[in-house]
Amino acid sequence: MANHDINLTVRTGTVHALMGENGAGKSTLMKILYGMQKPDEGTITINGEQVEFATPGDAITRGIGMVHQHFMLADNLTVLENVVLGSEKLYGIGARAKAKIKEISDQYGLGVRPDALVEDLGVADRQRVEILKVLYRGARILILDEPTAVLVPQEVDALFDNLRDLKSEGVTVIFISHKLHEVLSVADAISVIRRGTTVGDADPGSVTARELAELMVGSELPSPESRESTVTDVEMLKVEGLRIAKADAEGIERVVLDDVSLTIRKGEILGVAGVEGNGQAELVEAIMGMLPLDAGTVVLDGQDLTGKLTRARREAGIGYVPEDRHRHGLLLEAPLWENRILGHVTETPNSKGFVLDPAAARRDTERIVREYDVRTPGIEVTAASLSGGNQQKLIVGREMSHNPKLLIAAHPTRGVDVGAQAQIWGQIRAAQQEGLAVLLISADLDELIGLSDTIRVIYRGRLVADADPATVTAEDLGTAMTGAAAGRIESADEALAEAAVVAEAAAVVEDAAAAEAAVAAEGAAVTEAAAVTEDAGTAEAAVAAEGAAVTEGAAATAAVTEDAVVAEDVPGEDATTTDTAGDDAQAGE
Amino acid sequence: MTTSTEPSPGLGLGGAPRRGRFQRIDRERLLLAIAAPVLAVVIAFAISSLLLAISGKDPFQAFSLMGNYGLGTSDGQVAVLNKATTYYIAGVAVAFGFRMNLFNIGADGQYRLAALFAAFVGGAVNLPSFIEIPLVLITAMLVGGLWAAIAGVLKVTRGVSEVISTIMLNAITTGVIGLLLVPGRFVPSVGGGGSSNSVQTKMMAPSSDFFTLNTQGGQLYGFIIVAVLIGVLFQLVLSRTRFGFDLRATGRSEEAAGASGVNVKRMVLTSMCISGALAGLIGMPDLLSADTGHYFGQSFQAGVGFTGIAIALLGRNTPVGIAFAALLWAFLDATNGQLSTNNYPPEIANVMQGTIVICVVVAYELVRRFGLKRQQQKVGAQLAAQAAAAAKKEVAA
Repeated sequence: MANHDINLTVRTGTVHALMGENGAGKSTLMKILYGMQKPDEGTITINGEQVEFATPGDAITRGIGMVHQHFMLADNLTVLENVVLGSEKLYGIGARAKAKIKEISDQYGLGVRPDALVEDLGVADRQRVEILKVLYRGARILILDEPTAVLVPQEVDALFDNLRDLKSEGVTVIFISHKLHEVLSVADAISVIRRGTTVGDADPGSVTARELAELMVGSELPSPESRESTVTDVEMLKVEGLRIAKADAEGIERVVLDDVSLTIRKGEILGVAGVEGNGQAELVEAIMGMLPLDAGTVVLDGQDLTGKLTRARREAGIGYVPEDRHRHGLLLEAPLWENRILGHVTETPNSKGFVLDPAAARRDTERIVREYDVRTPGIEVTAASLSGGNQQKLIVGREMSHNPKLLIAAHPTRGVDVGAQAQIWGQIRAAQQEGLAVLLISADLDELIGLSDTIRVIYRGRLVADADPATVTAEDLGTAMTGAAAGRIESADEALAEAAVVAEAAAVVEDAAAAEAAVAAEGAAVTEAAAVTEDAGTAEAAVAAEGAAVTEGAAATAAVTEDAVVAEDVPGEDATTTDTAGDDAQAGE
Repeated sequence: MTTSTEPSPGLGLGGAPRRGRFQRIDRERLLLAIAAPVLAVVIAFAISSLLLAISGKDPFQAFSLMGNYGLGTSDGQVAVLNKATTYYIAGVAVAFGFRMNLFNIGADGQYRLAALFAAFVGGAVNLPSFIEIPLVLITAMLVGGLWAAIAGVLKVTRGVSEVISTIMLNAITTGVIGLLLVPGRFVPSVGGGGSSNSVQTKMMAPSSDFFTLNTQGGQLYGFIIVAVLIGVLFQLVLSRTRFGFDLRATGRSEEAAGASGVNVKRMVLTSMCISGALAGLIGMPDLLSADTGHYFGQSFQAGVGFTGIAIALLGRNTPVGIAFAALLWAFLDATNGQLSTNNYPPEIANVMQGTIVICVVVAYELVRRFGLKRQQQKVGAQLAAQAAAAAKKEVAA
């Protein structure tokens, strides 16, 4: 996914959070900042000096360090060896290096033991080694890519303490995350990225989790009221008691799906909401037969598919639009017509008996390209040369071409431009009217609310709550996704009516935040914005308890922020400024 | 903005401009495909020339010696074709695995073991040709396939890389052959065939002669026809059958194939077996030829499996490519004898083979990336132009 029109300003000595759903373009931006990828347009400025990075090495010499989500440590080496590896010139590899490591460790309270073997360390310790590694190389700007994804809550708190220490020593931290509460608790400033572009900045002191969520997922609502229900009484998919336990890299068994049961009827779209990584991917793979089940049954249209192979399930009438189309949906280096065969090689028109029918497959690919508006110069070009939206349209067209009974659509419009998004929605709707059952997984709450007939919320592998999209707001759904609500969620009528007002209020907050940024040290502006947020919050009676807690926390942070702002009136304000623009005419990474 | 009437450039269906672009992309692809091996061969010739020149020999003289024998004399031509037959089968056997991203390094062990068992079975019976020869061939394919299946099972059940397991199986093969090729086991206890001081399986009956073509330059293996058939079948299976599509899909992306419904584990096992079965045929031209054998002994040609890897790489795993590669390899092998008889270092042929492999691997990867990127850019540019035109229209409308 490409970036365009990204504007990001980070101040020295702050923790700046960069938020956005997976695929929003955070990683691309970080790669650009770290010199792993070159922007087509735009500039990066550090401490007022415009710089250009050809390699990560250039970024490191400029004092930018990156802690990757997946640690890059050699298990069989000691901490000391891991830290000096590649930077032997700095302080040698002996006592001097060890002393330096100790010094850094003490200075920032990292508690790293240089002689410990990395394989003996836990995840949190390894992360601290990674942080120390970049500090050792002289980094003053730290990029942390989803650092809390691998940590348990206590470790997260410890990490945040470390970050505060770093901050107090004048280190700047860019913190990538999509976890709202974490960001609110540690960040001094927040920038939100959506669909490859920065959509707004927020002040953690005045913004609520719900407003942030709204910024992240956007609010272009497909109008849900303008259609009549097509849901029938015929059960199409019945999933009962699914359970999957997986051993993770450390060998600890984690239950990824726990007693999941759901029924989708003919003509029904069932939306599954949830923060990414709560078992959605596993649920899909379990229904597709790609993951072995520990318990449970999958029945499609009266036919028991439990224990059947993926191909048999596809032949039984499951269409699949995978979450990661490059990994699961396409053969990137194969021409479009071969991609049209993928997944349906046993079905007409792709084959007759055991023999392929390339001519018929080609003809049908032409039809899909035409009917689904796949923008391509022809069907002989490789799938990799199409843009993400067109790749997705091809996949949707392919899956719809075999009269599926059930369509599993995982993030069907992720990384897809707005035009293609509307088309894909329209196609799903049209098929639904003809009796298609759809399992819709999405991180875009508006997409879920706009398309679904029923919404279930998945949290830590369990379906914890359900909702009727007609009577729920994105905010309440967002709350349930964090595990704070269970059972049936219904937003108060009042709240629903206020949804528009809330959106307005959010806009006010944004404006206020912007104004605050401009005036910088004006504490009054902060308080004002917080007040507005509170009003919006009370209007939503349904989530009062949760909302209040959040708002309280936010107020506390506001005070802190204020101090920070005052203290920061010192010269040397902007640590980094980026202003990049790329073109997204091109996909394929 | 004014109303735009210009048509979107060539993105509709049908129509002449689109066809033109197609052909251009295809021609370019073809050019890229040929560029890499040609480049590799040219570089290899250059390096060998340099080496010859350094050692004080005239490189052109050396190459013309090789060329005169391999291309100019009928003896040489037959020698090249016979060698190429064996190499071609080896190349196809390895390529079959490669097409699925399976690195069957074990073709060498597979064909040696297969030849041993085939020779033993063939020697034990005396049947008419039309039964004897198929029996020997089937034995060879079965043994080769089963031997390769060990690596397949290990990969599927325990996740053992087939590279490691097949290399180990090669070593084990040598041991197994040593164990079986002793008097009383696969070697007749007393007398038997062949000379007294060499250990070998019992001679097969003359009915096991595979037909040969008599030419001016000597006996041309009839097996060359089998090799051609294998090549045709290879292409048909891969490009025209469901199985072949699954295999290629798995080779391109195991995960996408799995999501599409390919049973990847079974696919690994099946293709490993087929690769091994094809490898089992590598020794057959020799074994079934009255000239070279009818028996398996310690002098049985080894190492062709590894040659097959190089040939499959050079031939880009396509039947036609492998044919060219096998011919080139056979040419270099068959003609380097001419070098030593004329006081040129015969090692120069090996140097060429080595440099070709290295260059070709590098060149393919470079060309592949270049081609992919170029196509992306091209399509991107075309679509951007179209999008611009569409946007214009939209604004106007």
